[in-house]
Amino acid sequence: MNIFNKKSTYIIRFTLLVLILFMIGYGIMRSEVLIVLQNAINICLDCIGIG
Amino acid sequence: MEKSKKQKANSLTKQRRKRSLVQALGALIINGNWKSFLDGTIYKGNLKHVCLPVLNCYSCPGALGACPIGSLQAVPNSAQFNFSYYVVGLIALFGITMGRWFCGWLCPFGWIQELLHKIPIKKVNPKKKIHQKAIWLKYVLLIIFVIAFPLLTQDRFGMSYPAFCKFICPAGTMEAGIPLLIANPALRQLVGLIFSWKVLLLLITVIGSILIFRFFCKYACPLGAIYGMFNKISFYHMQCSANCIECKRCARVCKMQVEPYKTPNSPECIRCGECIEVCPVNALKLGFIHKTNHDLQETTKATKLDEKPE
Repeated sequence: MNIFNKKSTYIIRFTLLVLILFMIGYGIMRSEVLIVLQNAINICLDCIGIG
Repeated sequence: MEKSKKQKANSLTKQRRKRSLVQALGALIINGNWKSFLDGTIYKGNLKHVCLPVLNCYSCPGALGACPIGSLQAVPNSAQFNFSYYVVGLIALFGITMGRWFCGWLCPFGWIQELLHKIPIKKVNPKKKIHQKAIWLKYVLLIIFVIAFPLLTQDRFGMSYPAFCKFICPAGTMEAGIPLLIANPALRQLVGLIFSWKVLLLLITVIGSILIFRFFCKYACPLGAIYGMFNKISFYHMQCSANCIECKRCARVCKMQVEPYKTPNSPECIRCGECIEVCPVNALKLGFIHKTNHDLQETTKATKLDEKPE
């Protein structure tokens, strides 16, 4: 069954897109980006196998 | 009208060259902080607020953005939050728009694996049964190492460690570990057992990639697993129209062992587009398609009518 043949697929896609945008916005409001930045600008010893 | 064999071979070669060029450019741009490779440091600018759409270690000296899988573990590992709306949202945004297109066209680690696979020695084509079982490994790694570990191994301050990065990720060892250890003598003194384990995993990945096309992407990449789940619903997707003659040429050319005529939006499809180039009746379409099956059948009828005089 090809789920793209249903109009509901478009609704699912756009509903998900809106939800995703809200999630990103909420994450930014909670300052999660600062945690991401903090981890990304320091050498991650765990990532390179030293930590 | 059916394409001639020569036309098909030409368009397939063109498609392969185009994709290689995009992959090379993507790898260079994503890791565009080239000078840090010399001094053994990493980029610390504002671009690292944002996650990249590909598996690219943020401790790679050249990396201009954050690794989505690293960030997905980093936020629950911090004392502040257990769940990252921002990182999950960004990964989902990449997934819902393009699905695994990023794997096929932009991922530097995927590109490195493809280059390794070009080494001219006898290749291994895993049996379908084994392959079908092995592809589930990446979901297991995603659930255990990326999701469960950071949540279940928190200390009393709510902090943990990025288990996938620490114990598994060969991209981190290749893109960050080795270049940093070469350029930074202070880091070399800290090398221990875990690094040896990760180098072993990297060696397995390198040998695996030489023998099997995109060995890590097929069986171990958690980001590929997430994007794969979006392949069926992503805006950018594939459709197989009713004029498919089931010649199976698409399945034979597919190096990800997908059968596009049966499952055009398989979670394993990395959207390389090679199947489209070999299709003799242009039944496969890839893009931001909004046609229903009815529309496609109508198009097929119209195409057939147009072709009759020839």
